[in-house]
Amino acid sequence: MNVCKKPRHKSAYEWVVVIWLLLVFSVTPFAHAEYGDIVINNFSDAAGMRPPIFPHWFHRIRFRCKVCHVDLGFEFKAGGNKINMAKIIGGEFCGACHNGEAAWSVENCDLCHSAQFGTPTQVHKNTLQTLIAPIGARK
Amino acid sequence: MKINFLVIAIVSLFAIMLITPAYAAEPSQRASTEKDPNRFNRLLPPKEKRTPALKDDGIHDPKNRGISILQQPRVAFQPLVSGKGGNYVDWVKSLDDKKIHPIFSLSDKTDTPMLLDLDIVREVKGSMPDVVYPHKQHTEWLDCSNCHPAIFIPQKGANQISMTDIILGEKCGVCHGKVAFPITECRRCHSKPKISQPTPKEKSGQ
Repeated sequence: MNVCKKPRHKSAYEWVVVIWLLLVFSVTPFAHAEYGDIVINNFSDAAGMRPPIFPHWFHRIRFRCKVCHVDLGFEFKAGGNKINMAKIIGGEFCGACHNGEAAWSVENCDLCHSAQFGTPTQVHKNTLQTLIAPIGARK
Repeated sequence: MKINFLVIAIVSLFAIMLITPAYAAEPSQRASTEKDPNRFNRLLPPKEKRTPALKDDGIHDPKNRGISILQQPRVAFQPLVSGKGGNYVDWVKSLDDKKIHPIFSLSDKTDTPMLLDLDIVREVKGSMPDVVYPHKQHTEWLDCSNCHPAIFIPQKGANQISMTDIILGEKCGVCHGKVAFPITECRRCHSKPKISQPTPKEKSGQ
């Protein structure tokens, strides 16, 4: 490594930090999935599943907001409902449609659970994410 | 000293191993920024990168086989009215022009929303034009109980709203800046020029 020949003005640990920062920052700004895509990672990572992505754009072509946000009880907050598979199979939340009749059923795990591992719960491209700092972006 | 460099080597190798799959997922985006460091709008995704394929969008895992079955946003947006910001789709116009037919009730697919045609004008403190809030477009999508009374008290003068609230995701920001058109579309809300303020057209003498 060339590092050995350079004058020793940075300690080994500073170099480690620099390398980490370079690697991390060279990756983070490139997520630009659709505006309003919701990632919910309440339980998925811990359970070894990819976190699910809910595409608002797909669903608003088919449903008015009221259908999910009044009739099905979805909060206006990503991850706010603490949904789990038992509730979905019981016909609550996503399960009201994703039951094999109105829409494809729960055994198609990969269709929802499609985010990269470790993607935090977020409303993708929300104001705070895009205007102030990339909080909620992939770490 | 030697131990220090061993530490660097091991940690770097570990870091590279962790990061490599993410790199592999986004070769196209990386290439575009590396090509010209001084391109215009350096921090914005270039136009041709808008509405990317799911496998390239940075949050979908390209290794997930289910991704090939999901609809690509570009395909879905093609027949819709295009707009500025957000999904680059004008959802309100798309609905008005009947390009989309979203249902209002799961139990009765023929159910239609009860529209309320009532504009609320909010005089703003700063130099921006006053805000006109149209109930009509909102009741197309939403139920009264979505906003009243939890987010907005249904009473004139009872709601203090600031752009800071909205940026932080409160008030209008519960939807605008997340799903509904983003707050960069200033003039869609701030649309009523103040009486003392000449409109841009009057100013230019047209």
